[in-house]
Amino acid sequence: MLSEFGQLSIFLVTIFSVLIIYKSFLSLKNNIQIIEPGIYQLSLWQVTVTILSFLVLIAAYLVSDFSLINVYENSHTAKPLFYKIAGSWGNHEGSLLLWINILVIFSYLFLIFNFKHKKNFRLLTLVIQNLIILGFTLFLIFNSNPFSQLEPVPLEGLGLNPILQDPALALHPPMLYVGFVGCSIYFSAAIASMLSNYRGKLFANSIKSWVLISWCFQTLGISLGSIWAYYELGWGGFWFWDPVENASLLPWFAITALMHSVMVLEKRDNLYAWVIILCLITFILSVTGTFLVRSGILNSVHTFASDPARGIYILLFLSVMIFSSLIIFFRTFKKESYNFYFKSKETFILINNWFMAFFLVTVLVGTLYPIFLDVVTNEKISVGPPFYNIVIIPLAVPLLVLMVVGPQLSWINSKSLGVVKHKALIIIGALLINFIIYLIFGSSSFLSNLIFISALFLIIHSILEAYKIYQKKIKFELPRVISHLGFGLLVLFIGINHNFSNEQDFNLKVGEEKKFDEYSIVFKDLKLKQEKNYKAIIGDFEIKNFDKKINKILNPEIRIYSNPETLTYEAAIKTRIDSDLYLTMSNISRSDYYNIKFQHKPLMIWIWISVLMVVFGGFLQLMRNKNES
Amino acid sequence: MRVNLTRIIIFGFIFFCLSIFWLGLKKDQTYDTRNLIGNKINEFNIPSLDETNSFSEQYFLNNKFTIVNFFASWCAPCRDEHKYLVELSKNGAHIVGVSFKDKKSNTLDFLNQLGNPYKFIAADNDGKASISFGIYGIPESIIINSESVVVKKIIGPINQEIFKEILNIIK
Repeated sequence: MLSEFGQLSIFLVTIFSVLIIYKSFLSLKNNIQIIEPGIYQLSLWQVTVTILSFLVLIAAYLVSDFSLINVYENSHTAKPLFYKIAGSWGNHEGSLLLWINILVIFSYLFLIFNFKHKKNFRLLTLVIQNLIILGFTLFLIFNSNPFSQLEPVPLEGLGLNPILQDPALALHPPMLYVGFVGCSIYFSAAIASMLSNYRGKLFANSIKSWVLISWCFQTLGISLGSIWAYYELGWGGFWFWDPVENASLLPWFAITALMHSVMVLEKRDNLYAWVIILCLITFILSVTGTFLVRSGILNSVHTFASDPARGIYILLFLSVMIFSSLIIFFRTFKKESYNFYFKSKETFILINNWFMAFFLVTVLVGTLYPIFLDVVTNEKISVGPPFYNIVIIPLAVPLLVLMVVGPQLSWINSKSLGVVKHKALIIIGALLINFIIYLIFGSSSFLSNLIFISALFLIIHSILEAYKIYQKKIKFELPRVISHLGFGLLVLFIGINHNFSNEQDFNLKVGEEKKFDEYSIVFKDLKLKQEKNYKAIIGDFEIKNFDKKINKILNPEIRIYSNPETLTYEAAIKTRIDSDLYLTMSNISRSDYYNIKFQHKPLMIWIWISVLMVVFGGFLQLMRNKNES
Repeated sequence: MRVNLTRIIIFGFIFFCLSIFWLGLKKDQTYDTRNLIGNKINEFNIPSLDETNSFSEQYFLNNKFTIVNFFASWCAPCRDEHKYLVELSKNGAHIVGVSFKDKKSNTLDFLNQLGNPYKFIAADNDGKASISFGIYGIPESIIINSESVVVKKIIGPINQEIFKEILNIIK
């Protein structure tokens, strides 16, 4: 029954899309200056039915309705409730339905919130957005239908891959989708803006909050993925430059550039073409990322069962999107004159954009080159961390310094670049703290020191600014200060973590002790535990650090999940304010020995806190935008 | 009509990317080295562990069968299968060990501890040379005849069953 209900609602979404497009075209031809109530009603119906279809899918997961292939393949009656719900978007078909939900919700919200803007612009945005919705719903219906039925109905499902049963990962896809799919709305708005000649400040004003929302969610989504990798994958790292992570980073660079340059368009009525390009690129890169992940063209930790037809459809869709938007762009392109003074905010925002563009191209080349090589020469290579570290890390230094200088400059023209107050004092402070880092953690490379100092430069400067804001109660700069401060801290903590982690790999059996540096690790005991959906072998380890007087018990697990039968290694992580202790064990078959991987990672928790701070700044700005309007 | 070079370059570049994607989709992604059986191993050269000599395709000429075993001291299943290698060597098998991404001292410790079944030990320090044998994880063992043709490929550790199979082949 749920299946028919789901099928029907998806079908209705398609019908509503067609009707909205048709009605909008009729409305574009008449001279009435407001949008007819009929279009609002259709949109409201569309969004209701879409959300309903997703609720139906969740309901099917909750009651374990295995007459749906999708539920049968990805769920199991013994699964905890939370993961039954999360399971609905943990697979290709379900996540595509979530995609469509976000497309439709954004389409509706854009329509009702932007009532101040010109009718033609809004209607065209609605049309373009509905064309995208139509493209995805047809894909869902004909290729990836989550409501497809199974006959006869199986009694039990196959279960969700246990590695995906993690709270951070359950929330990671919805966040990312809001971030990535949310970009669709200003892709549509950009095209509508070109077609209806609705340019400049007004256009910037109509999209800036949407850019900010999707930026916040993308940042959050990417970090949640990273947190999941750290806690669940058992490698002790949080970023691997894996092709799929890169695919998520590409639109992020574009959107970060866009978020900054849209300010120039709003304040100075300039950079229109560039903003349009960024709007288009952000969503195009999001879809490209989806293509790379879903088509099976990349091999990585993000495995969606791949199906060539799926890849071909997304590729076709992508090509239509790129070529039609490019043709419209060139048809309507008007040359702008850029005569910015060097010592101005807008110049520095442009420089920020060039940094982002450089990062984007670097990661794009690193991700696509292996595919290219495989196709052309049959050679298989992978581009790993060394490439990215060499190309990207040194550039952090000028970027951090520019993040201090840029915001201090005025629009149009500043008297001098020396607007940063208390420069000497801040630099001395940064050098001093860098020296303290050296005393606590030990020496590191020249480049690392340079990065620490420039990050500290930004941090101290931002703290001073925050203090000034607190004193003078001028709040409009606060979101930027918080985000930039968060970024400075992020770079600093990642730098310290990267340089001063202690990592050891060895074999131990119960009763043995391993000593190295100032640590001692005793393998005290091994226990068995039976849980609802898995069995666990739990190790009991005592970790001592003589220097820092740490004495902790860590309990890594080897879990044997029954549905589907899978072995996972759960890291034992003791998070402390100054460092994380990280320990995983894996069994060596037919032996009493276990392979132990131990890591002592300084300031780990602060990496997550800094990311949250960056995002918090974004949300704060969003609230400010709302109050302004 | 005026030809706009920038536009041609942009369209060309996008067309190029999309075609690469399209060709990538058509390609069989499964990386299966089992089909190496029956293939001839081409030119390769891996230095010996003591760096005085090297292991190349010339080596196979002298023996009816050569077993090439890829191992490392850090690899737990390698430890597991080692006793079978020692046993095979006692039964007259000619085994070459390729130490995969390992430190020399660790390799020597490993062999001191568990015995040395190898007639020759080569060291593939960065793991690149092993790729020409289609190695994607260790342990793996390949049986090669005197004409450099792969007769059998064993992915994963050797167990009792595989041990018997190998004995049957090399007899």
